[in-house]
Amino acid sequence: MSISVQEPPEPRSTEEDRPRAGLPSAFDPSKLGASAPASTVAREPVFNIENLSAYYGAVPAVREVTFDIHRRMVTAIIGPSGCGKSTFIRCLNRMNDGIPGFRTEGRILYHDVDLQGSNIDAVSVRRRIGMVFQRPNPFPKSIFENVAYGLRILGLKDDLSGRVEEALKRAALWEEVKDRLKRSALSLSGGQQQRLCIARCLAIEPEVILMDEPASALDPIATTRIEDLMHELKRDYTIVVVTHNMQQAARVADLTAFFSIEQGEEGHRAGVLVEYDDTSTIFTQPKDKRTEDYVTGRFG
Amino acid sequence: MAVAPRSATGPAAFKRRGRFRPGDTVLYVITLAAALSGLVLLVLIARELLTAAWPAMDRFGLDFLTTKAWDPNKKLFGAASFIFGTAVTSIGALLLATPISIAIALFLTELAPRGVRGAVGVLVDMLAAIPSVVLGLWGILVLGPFIVNTLAPALHGTLGFLPIFSTKPSVGSNVFAAILILTIMIVPIISSICRELFLGVPQELKDGALALGATRWEVARGVTFPYARAGIAAALILGLGRAVGEAIAVSQVIGNNVAIHWSLFDAGDTLASRIAGQYIGADTKLQINSLVYLAVILLVFSLVVNVLAQIIVRRVAGRHSAA
Amino acid sequence: MSARAAPDLFRSERIRRRRAVNLFVELLATGAALLAIAVLVIVVASVAKRGAGALNVDFFTKTPDFAALPGQPTGAANAIVGTAVIVGLAILMALPVGILTAIYLNELAPKRVANLLTLALDVLNGIPAIVLGIFVFVLLVNGHGQAAWKASFALAVLMLPLVARTTQEVLALVPDSLREASLALGAAKWRTTLSVVLPQTLGGIVTGATLATARIAGETAPLLFTSSLAGNAVSYDPREPLSSLPLFIYTSAEQADPKLHEQAWAAALVLIGFILVASLIARAFAARSRQRLAGER
Repeated sequence: MSISVQEPPEPRSTEEDRPRAGLPSAFDPSKLGASAPASTVAREPVFNIENLSAYYGAVPAVREVTFDIHRRMVTAIIGPSGCGKSTFIRCLNRMNDGIPGFRTEGRILYHDVDLQGSNIDAVSVRRRIGMVFQRPNPFPKSIFENVAYGLRILGLKDDLSGRVEEALKRAALWEEVKDRLKRSALSLSGGQQQRLCIARCLAIEPEVILMDEPASALDPIATTRIEDLMHELKRDYTIVVVTHNMQQAARVADLTAFFSIEQGEEGHRAGVLVEYDDTSTIFTQPKDKRTEDYVTGRFG
Repeated sequence: MAVAPRSATGPAAFKRRGRFRPGDTVLYVITLAAALSGLVLLVLIARELLTAAWPAMDRFGLDFLTTKAWDPNKKLFGAASFIFGTAVTSIGALLLATPISIAIALFLTELAPRGVRGAVGVLVDMLAAIPSVVLGLWGILVLGPFIVNTLAPALHGTLGFLPIFSTKPSVGSNVFAAILILTIMIVPIISSICRELFLGVPQELKDGALALGATRWEVARGVTFPYARAGIAAALILGLGRAVGEAIAVSQVIGNNVAIHWSLFDAGDTLASRIAGQYIGADTKLQINSLVYLAVILLVFSLVVNVLAQIIVRRVAGRHSAA
Repeated sequence: MSARAAPDLFRSERIRRRRAVNLFVELLATGAALLAIAVLVIVVASVAKRGAGALNVDFFTKTPDFAALPGQPTGAANAIVGTAVIVGLAILMALPVGILTAIYLNELAPKRVANLLTLALDVLNGIPAIVLGIFVFVLLVNGHGQAAWKASFALAVLMLPLVARTTQEVLALVPDSLREASLALGAAKWRTTLSVVLPQTLGGIVTGATLATARIAGETAPLLFTSSLAGNAVSYDPREPLSSLPLFIYTSAEQADPKLHEQAWAAALVLIGFILVASLIARAFAARSRQRLAGER
């Protein structure tokens, strides 16, 4: 399956991967954390986003976004502030529903089902498409109860402790908390709380994990642990991560979508998808000048 | 106020006379005196009431609390039937009001469309603005007959085997009417406090639950209620305190009967209502002293209730700002 | 196109049950709100319907006469005047003390003292009106006789925590930068407070006072012990017990005479009308002073 973008990319051979003149060495492809060039791994779309536009009342936030998100890969969404990255990702699990005046045009197909169809239940959508937020938001309950919350709602009460343990292990938190599961979640450090939120999300076994700047409120060491976690998790889950940190995208993502702000015909500035490609391509041989300007730091 | 003479320049001009300017001192003293009035009043209330009740307290002691009779002729007074009446009416009202108030608070914070919230909120608050004597008037002339003609026969007919519905009232003045009136009075109080509490739950916590695929009720049950738990308790305590202290409306509809009955359709009396009802007819000193004794019991209860609620409120505020 | 079958997004037993529970709860909550509104409407409608009939000029000008012949007009003029006098005096007593209290608590007091005194006021607020009534009886009336000003005193005690609390809240809204500007110009604390801070709060104080007045206008219990043995004639003298609307309703409701019931409804209508108007004025005032504060910034 090809990635849908402005034009299909030419297949490249790795020998010709050279940094363009003028790009800082930070984007040396040999330093990229992404695994084998994404073009060699079989792709399978999970989301097909078709001409998605989102509006808060009359003001557009994103305009005519079209691309696919692929299974068991990390897709990063980068771009300057205000380009609608958060709005976009929240559309994927219908979290914008509660905002008065919010509406969308276009389609979000999840396994060929339009998520915004009138017969789709947002509650069920969120069961399968989980989310981790920018600031860790554990419930003021015990560590165990935080992870068990989703399980209890779903009635998955058989082997509750087993499932909780499994989720905490997958979130790389089990060793640190296994002796204090009954303690309050608020007694954990910021990084631990965020991993707890990830465990809470993993417990109900979603297919997709959406992450809205998951490490921006954390210190560098905690950030590294979250990024390592993303590498592990992508073996089993599809991950979409919004980040304002380009190096982070370069480190963790297989595919990167670059959003930017454009003035539309009606005069409003809104986010648009500029380029979507393998991470290495975005950072070393971007096809669009706007992308190149952004990743080389000339603006944004 | 003395000002340094114009000719003096330099540091000497800045030397102040004394710590406060006279104007400051005067303001301080006046406002402090005013502010102490609250504390002074509390002390005064306790002292005056205890002093006036003392003859009755001395004579009856703590047996007053267990004596059922209230007989001016025999000079025998006791609070037991009124304590019972107070307990039944207040707890009954609280049982009815709690789910209704919390449901209303949920409605106003989560469910109602934005435009409706303001209007409905105002209407519910207006319920609190109705003076108790007007509610009592309505209770006597409208609710009472309704209970006698419609509600009581229905309840007695279907649930008459329960002790609380075991008799059929002939007049509208009974404990049941008092419970209904009290419920109407305390619902706005509890619901407005709960409304503030629910609005104060951080959106990010609710988002966390929503993102896990919880329905709105599941978010309320799993996140909102636990978070607001202590505040809800304080609200209920304050509502209970209000119900216990209500004298006028209750005295109008409860029938003013000194007795302990199990059926809600019988007449009864509460501490507050007995004070209100008896005052005008009380002639002997002992009777008046006994009435003040009843007031002392009420005072003790309301002090305990209020201090408890205030402690909870302050502790919750501290915890949530620190977290 | 996709390797997996489309996942179940809208079937399954469990999700249907959860949604049913959610819907049920939403219906209950809506029902509760409607119930409250219904009760409000029923009570107000009863008062309006039954009171409007007896609300005529006579009601406001004539006085009660229990020995009146049928057809002879009676009214509640004494009660209306009495309420005005009693409530007016209560405001005069409570307002200055409440404002001064709030000034102390918000501007001058050390934190611990402020906390203690605020707690005292909150506790005072929770004492039932009937207990306050007996308190004033024991303190002032027992052995000395009733008087309207003693009733005003009882109502003032009831009002005090309300006025102090609302004044405190508006004082806290005044930004510190204003105080600092005044102090930096060399003005003393007392002048800063009275000339700079207090004027900013006048709107809020009026609002708070109006709401407190609406609250105590309907209180009956304190009046029972301090101003219940009043005559039928219209009087303005606070040294004697005066009739009042709440007590008028209270005693008329207990009588068997339906004409008195009518008058009780009329009095209730007047009382509710007054409270409604006062609340609306207070709200309008609050909205206007909010706008002004926003505009000035």
